[in-house]
Amino acid sequence: MNTMNPSISAEADMQDQGPAIPVRENNPEDTVIEEGKTVGKPFAADPKFKLRNVSVSYGKDRAIKDISLDIGRNEVISFIGPSGCGKSTFLRCLNRMNDSIDICRVTGELLLDDEDIYHSKRDVVELRARVGMVFQKPNPFPKSIYDNVAYGPRIHGLANRKSDLDDIVENSLRKAGLWDEAKDRLDSIATGMSGGQQQRLCIARAIAVSPEVILMDEPCSALDPIATARVEELIAEMSESYTIVIVTHSMQQAARVSHRTAYFHLGHLVEVNETNKVFTSPEHQLTESYITGRFG
Amino acid sequence: METANLLPLVLVLAVVAYGLAYMRSRAVAAPLGGIRNLKALPFYYAARAALWCAIPALIVLAAWAGFEGKVIQGIVIATLPQDSWPDSPGQASLILSQISNVAAGKLDPEFVPEHIAGAASVLETMKSQSADFKAALVLLVAVSGAAFAWTRVSPHVNARINVETTLRRIFFVCAALAVLTTAGIVFSVIFETVRFFNRVPISEFLFSTSWSPQTALRADQVGSEGAFGVIPLFTGTLLISAIALLVAVPVGLLSAIYLSEYASKRVRSTAKPVLEMLAGIPTVVYGFFAALTVAPFIRDVAAMVGLEASSQSALAAGLVMGIMIVPFVSSLSDDVINAVPQTMRDGSLALGATQSETMKKVIFPAALPGIIGGILLAASRAIGETMIVVMAAGLAANLTANPLESVTTVTVQIATLLVGDQEFDSAKTLSAFALGMLLFIVTLLLNVIALKIVRKYREQYE
Amino acid sequence: MSNQSSQAEIVRNSLNRRYRKERRFRLYGMLAIFIALAALATLFVDIIYKGHSGFVKTTITLDVPLDPEMMYLDDPTDADQLSMADFVAPIIAALQEHIPEAETAGQKRELGRLLGSYAASEVRDLLENNPDLLGTTQTIEFLAHDRVSTYVKHADNPRYSIKLSEQQQRWVDQLLEKGVIDTSFNDVLFSRGDSREPANAGILGAIVGSLLTMLVTLAIAFPVGIAAAVYLEEFAPQNKFTDFIEVNINNLAAVPSIIFGLLGLAVFIGLFGMPRSVPVVGGMVLALMTLPTIIISSRAAIKSVPPSIREAAEGVGASKMQVVLHHVIPLAMPGMLTGSIIGMAQALGETAPLLLIGMVAFIVDVPGGFFDSATVLPVQIYLWASASEQGFVELASAGIMVLLTFMISMNALAIWLRKRLERRW
Repeated sequence: MNTMNPSISAEADMQDQGPAIPVRENNPEDTVIEEGKTVGKPFAADPKFKLRNVSVSYGKDRAIKDISLDIGRNEVISFIGPSGCGKSTFLRCLNRMNDSIDICRVTGELLLDDEDIYHSKRDVVELRARVGMVFQKPNPFPKSIYDNVAYGPRIHGLANRKSDLDDIVENSLRKAGLWDEAKDRLDSIATGMSGGQQQRLCIARAIAVSPEVILMDEPCSALDPIATARVEELIAEMSESYTIVIVTHSMQQAARVSHRTAYFHLGHLVEVNETNKVFTSPEHQLTESYITGRFG
Repeated sequence: METANLLPLVLVLAVVAYGLAYMRSRAVAAPLGGIRNLKALPFYYAARAALWCAIPALIVLAAWAGFEGKVIQGIVIATLPQDSWPDSPGQASLILSQISNVAAGKLDPEFVPEHIAGAASVLETMKSQSADFKAALVLLVAVSGAAFAWTRVSPHVNARINVETTLRRIFFVCAALAVLTTAGIVFSVIFETVRFFNRVPISEFLFSTSWSPQTALRADQVGSEGAFGVIPLFTGTLLISAIALLVAVPVGLLSAIYLSEYASKRVRSTAKPVLEMLAGIPTVVYGFFAALTVAPFIRDVAAMVGLEASSQSALAAGLVMGIMIVPFVSSLSDDVINAVPQTMRDGSLALGATQSETMKKVIFPAALPGIIGGILLAASRAIGETMIVVMAAGLAANLTANPLESVTTVTVQIATLLVGDQEFDSAKTLSAFALGMLLFIVTLLLNVIALKIVRKYREQYE
Repeated sequence: MSNQSSQAEIVRNSLNRRYRKERRFRLYGMLAIFIALAALATLFVDIIYKGHSGFVKTTITLDVPLDPEMMYLDDPTDADQLSMADFVAPIIAALQEHIPEAETAGQKRELGRLLGSYAASEVRDLLENNPDLLGTTQTIEFLAHDRVSTYVKHADNPRYSIKLSEQQQRWVDQLLEKGVIDTSFNDVLFSRGDSREPANAGILGAIVGSLLTMLVTLAIAFPVGIAAAVYLEEFAPQNKFTDFIEVNINNLAAVPSIIFGLLGLAVFIGLFGMPRSVPVVGGMVLALMTLPTIIISSRAAIKSVPPSIREAAEGVGASKMQVVLHHVIPLAMPGMLTGSIIGMAQALGETAPLLLIGMVAFIVDVPGGFFDSATVLPVQIYLWASASEQGFVELASAGIMVLLTFMISMNALAIWLRKRLERRW
């Protein structure tokens, strides 16, 4: 893992940078982005994740180009950007879900609580128990609702007794706002539920192992507006106890749920800032073009 | 003329018809201002002529070749003096083989009764006449077909549509051949089976526990009817198949899992084709291996630990059959496991499950129906496998569950009862068809159920 | 938060145990692969070990005095004299040159049994074809008797029982030392048909029989299979009958091969009165058996032709049949060929159905046509494997090696074709 620690002063310099003067051009897509340069506030004081100079390549293609970012504790941060900008790839680095792809190579420094998550001795099972993930398409196992939620605690041996397990399942379903709908049909097969319920079940399943971070990869893209609203409510509630990283296609959703928003473009992290700032006064002209709908 | 010579001749005629019709269509088109004034390209007029020439002729040829043997036999028998007409099909086949041996010069006419020698000469003349008639008829049909098509080369007829419709019908017949084959199988076993059950009650066949089809030579001998209880054959078949599946299922399944989940690309790309080689090895090779290597080895090992093993043990046949089915199980499991969506895998891994936990607790249960379907198909293959058991299992119908003893199977009995010269119409020969029927029904049921399960499973994830 | 860290602790503590399980599971997988590969390796090694000696023949080269008096023959052109003459005597005399100690009648008989039973007729044929040689001494290479051959090749192998007397063994040792008995490449194996005597038996008859049978199978199964696949993929209406055809094909693919033998016996031989043991019937039975494989793989090949090609052709006004004949079939041909070669390889190795239609008869002559009695390679192997003389075992193994060579080359050809011709869309 090559690491290139930017000096403290360099960080400070970047944070002190005033708003860049947007340069108006006719075609925003022609804008040359300087590699590794991010406007806004990419760094935090006591971050949960400290990510420096992260690059990801698939064979010869570089999908992520030298990104540095901090993710704060109990923060909800959204990754937005046009399709193929690398935001999902970047997200999947955070719990090493890219490991299963042979040709995928991750370089740079990725620290979770100051521990390198790509260290060769680092245990990916333990990492994933701490960094849970919810996927774009609800993917409940073809088992009962109970077994779905109990799956994580069972494999990790989190419950000694059946009653402990029952408690974990109930708590997780409650936190996911699914308890009232599911308590009478815990034994029925999960794939029979509606899409929104399935997605909340997947959230409950992730919560059941008490992760510290939950990664969400476009969790609402397969849901109808009402189900989306429920999941967004849930995210807001969960933000009290979890660090949440959410990749979304919907700018409204990013605006509603997240504290900070990061804008990705063609593998670059263009801009990070408080959500309202990003949406009201973006500093980079690419960001502005995107949120005003000039491309996407 | 021989069928083997007529066939190419008809094809040559078809080519000639093609050429003539092609020229004719151009000639017809010329005064109208070129081929653009024809309804179809010259090629289609020509192809239509070729089809008209070949297809009716080939049908006549096939029909004649198919039935001439039977018809001639009937006529030859009819020429025999009344008092020497055969009174059973068995006797008829005996007389016929005598006649044909005389006719072929293998048997000296002086050694046989006069009427046989006479019939042999009738057979000779009938055969040569039949060949002449056949050739004449086939050629006539071919030429008149071509001539008809030639007269129909006209600018107003769309030959393309004719040709395409005919081709489509030919394609349909080819596809329907599968149905015909199934029907052929059913009919070929059903008649003899019914005749068999007229002699041996179906209840005895299904529930009696002794099998010894050797009927005595003379009718007054004791036990002249033989015993036809299928139970020892079935238990033998099941014993060997069970041993085979005990080997093939764990080995096949685990190697499929290892290759798809753990092995590096390089290992996979070499191990997989090597594994598939096991499926390509002819069964007679496995039979040889089982009979001459594995069985003696098992006998020696058993003797070393103080057990007595037959030199044709069920274990030897079962083990080798198991190895044979391994690639079958592994490629089916591979398909089924890969059909489980990646999202399931991701969901489990993202919760911190290890690969084996993901496999055992998520993928395997999800793939179970498909795997069971695959195992049923493997079982059907084990039950129907013939050569390994013919060579390595025995002929004695022992009713036993001891894998070190020799057992016999349904397929072994079919093969032994029908190999070599056999008298049609004896209970012994007919019993082979009854066994065939039983085998067909059992494997068909297994296949239908298995294919249904697998298809349902696939649809679930599509 | 404390909940989270205590749980992280539990997870960390469980890791060792879980990774042990993981490793064990992995090990099972490797073990399974190992078992399968070891079985394959054992099979090959065993067959090569048993069969390599099948490619070696044992010969006895003698200077045979074609003495008219010894043979009671003064005119080799006279058929009567030829049939009465004694061709063994000069051979014994030639052997006595090397083994002078054999003098009694019993010893001479034992000496004569060192040669195969066709030795005398070899001398006879030589004289019949070249009457001038009478009175000269000719150097002739005879095939040794099977027992001698076994002794020469396998004297050290406890699996073989040596059936020569002590005296004969001593003689053979002497002859070996003198170079009279020698071993060389077994050209007999590839130039003759079956025989009752292992030393004289070859697989040429079976190879030609297999070739004829396969030609019939190919001529039927390939066009019919492709036509059926084209119909089902391109023309078949969505109806009950089409479904029924499909179910039939899928089931036929899994019907035990011996059942096809019953079909051949009852329909082709019983109903149509076709002859037994001939390549035509065998080829037809195998064609029916191979059809489902070819249809299924051809359908897959047709399916992989992208619809855009069809649309493009239809867009310029081609009829459905033209689209199929001009575009779909040529583009799907590599896949169809691959499937057909694999199906043919299967048919080449098939034994059971051919037993039932009588291709299991003992046939010495190399078949000359589709209607001659013949046997095929796998059946020949089966016959030799079940023969009682031990000399046939090595022939069976040698036959297996030849059969496997054919099959592996066919499969390699299929793989090469697939790699070479298959298009990726």
